[in-house]
Amino acid sequence: MDNLREKLKVEIIELLNLEDMTPSGIANDDILFGEGLGLDSIDALELIVLLEKNYQLKITSAEDGKKIFQTIDTIAQYIESNK
Amino acid sequence: MKSYITSYCSITPESCSLNGKVKYQNLNNRTFNDFSKSIYKQEKIAYPKFSKMDGLSKLAFIASEVLLSSKDTSRWNEQQTAIVLGNKSSSIVSDQKHYDSYKDRASYFPSPAVFVYTLPNIMLGEISIKNKITGETSCFIQDQFDSTFLYQYIKDLFDSEGYHRCITGWVDYTPFDYEAHLFLVSKSDIEEVKTIFDHNFKRLII
Repeated sequence: MDNLREKLKVEIIELLNLEDMTPSGIANDDILFGEGLGLDSIDALELIVLLEKNYQLKITSAEDGKKIFQTIDTIAQYIESNK
Repeated sequence: MKSYITSYCSITPESCSLNGKVKYQNLNNRTFNDFSKSIYKQEKIAYPKFSKMDGLSKLAFIASEVLLSSKDTSRWNEQQTAIVLGNKSSSIVSDQKHYDSYKDRASYFPSPAVFVYTLPNIMLGEISIKNKITGETSCFIQDQFDSTFLYQYIKDLFDSEGYHRCITGWVDYTPFDYEAHLFLVSKSDIEEVKTIFDHNFKRLII
C-alpha cells in the first residue's frame, strides 16, 4: 500500500504539473482540493483519466469522485478495494 | 480623444524587453519553457496555475506580468479595461497535442487539461483572471500583426463604449517560434506617457 501511495504522488505531480511539489511534501491525508493542495475541477477530470488509464478503474458518479479524490489515502484505498 | 501607450513589452526567443529596453536575455538559447520560467522567477511572480498553462497562455501571461509590473492595477476600473489581441497560429500546439491523444483508438485518453487550452482566447482569460479584468476580451486571427485594425477597434471601445484602458498587441506560439508584443493603452495621460497610440503603434517593437 505504501508503494501505491508513493506511486500515486509521483503520477499526480507529473500529470498535474505541480512543479513546486515533491512526493515527500504531500502527506497521505492531505486534502487534495480547495484549500488543501489547491487542485481544481480540471485536475479532477485528469485524476479520473489517470485511474482509467493506469489502473483500469472507471468513475462515473460525481459523488463517488468526491469521496475517492479526497486524499492520497482515499484514492489508494479505492484502488486496493477495486483491483 | 487621444489615447496613449503607457507601457509595452516584447518576448521573443532572444529576449524579453520592457519599454524598448532589454530586461532579460535568453542566454544559451534556452527552450521557451525554461526561459519563461526564469522570467517568472526573476519577476517574483507567485501564481501556481502558471505551470499548468500551455505555451501560448504562458507566453501571453508572462508578457502581461512584465507589461504591468510597474502599474498599480488595483486602482483600475475592471469593467472599463479591455484585452484585444491578434494571433496567427491560434492554439496550434495544444490542438496538435490534443489530437495526438485521441487519434489512436486503441489508446484513447484525451487530457482535459490539454483540451481546455485548445482555443487562443484562453490566454486572454488567464490575463483577465489574474488582473480581475471583466471588460471585453477579444482575440482576432490575423495573417500578421495588423496594428491598424487593432487601433480602430480599440479607438471605438474608448470613444463609444466607455473603456479607459486596454491591453493589446500580438501573441503567437508555434512548435518552431514564438513572439509576444503587448501594449498598455490608456485614455488618460496621467500615467507616464510613452507615446501616442495610433494605427502604427507596432513601430515601437525593437
